[in-house]
Amino acid sequence: MSNNNASSSSVAVAQRAVKQLRLEAKIRRINVSQAATDLKNFCLQNAHKDPLLVGVPSSDNPFRPPKSCGLL
Amino acid sequence: MASQEESSQPSDTLTTLKTESETLKTKLEEERAKLHDVELHQVAEKIEALGQFVIKNRRTLKGHGNKVLCMDWCKDKRRIVSSSQDGKVIVWDAFTTNKEHAVTMPCTWVMACAYAPSGCAVACGGLDNKCSVYPLSLDKNENLAAKKKSVAMHTNYLSACCFTNSDMQILTSSGDGTCALWDVESGQMLQSFHGHAADVLCLDLAPSETGNTFVSGGCDKKACVWDMRTGQCIQSFETHESDINSVRYYPSGDAFASGSDDATCRLYDLRADREVAIYSKESIIFGASSVDFSFSGRLLFGGYNDYTINVWDVLKGTRMSILFGHENRVSTLRVSPDGTAFCSGSWDNTLRIWA
Repeated sequence: MSNNNASSSSVAVAQRAVKQLRLEAKIRRINVSQAATDLKNFCLQNAHKDPLLVGVPSSDNPFRPPKSCGLL
Repeated sequence: MASQEESSQPSDTLTTLKTESETLKTKLEEERAKLHDVELHQVAEKIEALGQFVIKNRRTLKGHGNKVLCMDWCKDKRRIVSSSQDGKVIVWDAFTTNKEHAVTMPCTWVMACAYAPSGCAVACGGLDNKCSVYPLSLDKNENLAAKKKSVAMHTNYLSACCFTNSDMQILTSSGDGTCALWDVESGQMLQSFHGHAADVLCLDLAPSETGNTFVSGGCDKKACVWDMRTGQCIQSFETHESDINSVRYYPSGDAFASGSDDATCRLYDLRADREVAIYSKESIIFGASSVDFSFSGRLLFGGYNDYTINVWDVLKGTRMSILFGHENRVSTLRVSPDGTAFCSGSWDNTLRIWA
């Protein structure tokens, strides 16, 4: 009895896996070249607004010291 | 009766299903490969290389008595909540380094904490298998633990939590292999997400413009993207060679990064449905525990178990910088909401702000 239960639950697990794979196979995909170009364009368009990338004047960044001083 | 007949030949059905599973997996890889016409770094070749920039440890938050496990920023870009192995959850003002609130949880290893969008509450949990919400009182003397609300109940440790777009719903991931969406007010489970074959270690919500999806990563080496309304796994990615400790969406919502015990970080594009970059070096042999993007998505910050933070050029795939400072594993890392700084937490009991 317990054997049957174990096998039927393995079957159920395998059935779910197959169902999931069928679903994932169906999705629409685009070329990597197009996806990569979009990622690149997003970075470039937003680069000037990225404080860690361009560095903002100390007066605008609350974490940077307002004047250069040797903090020991 | 019918089920008896089926189960009389269980091994045949199982074998058939497993074969079909393998065939489908191969077909999936073939479909993905057909669209793999170029590498991301090739598309990025002509872009100017990034110049030298200076990122330094600007603040050190001391006060935890044990390993810092998790942290999150408040939307006000200055407050931070952090949680620790010793059960303490602390709210800090990152500008002044002052502690504003402290709560002692009834359990140790508080592995997850999150700030509510309103800034008026924090959520946390860990070995207690729960996620609890604490409203933050303006009265510093008030005992926060008294107002605690238990929201989520899992059957194993809570590994990550985050509020959705309001204070009303929380998404959780757990060592029990599931993720779940909860209503904070009633504590009711609104949706559960099954599909990981082992502990789920991390999750991240898609940027709100992108819709109702989130990504999770686990000990089964898989990253899964889920539809929050239906509970359905929409896409899954299995290219890491070990546990995925951290997942984070790219700011446009079209991709996400992951950090793993296999010492690599990877970038997966959701529309191309595949891995498009690996951030690794032979010299990096310790696991990446946490990753986050800079505001434009050009930089990926990775906290590692070798105590360092590596800064990667997301497009070119090269490492820009290594940041030293922590004296033990970096366990958590988040960029501030406006991108002016990022915070890292470590097993050295401190949090550090870098800008």
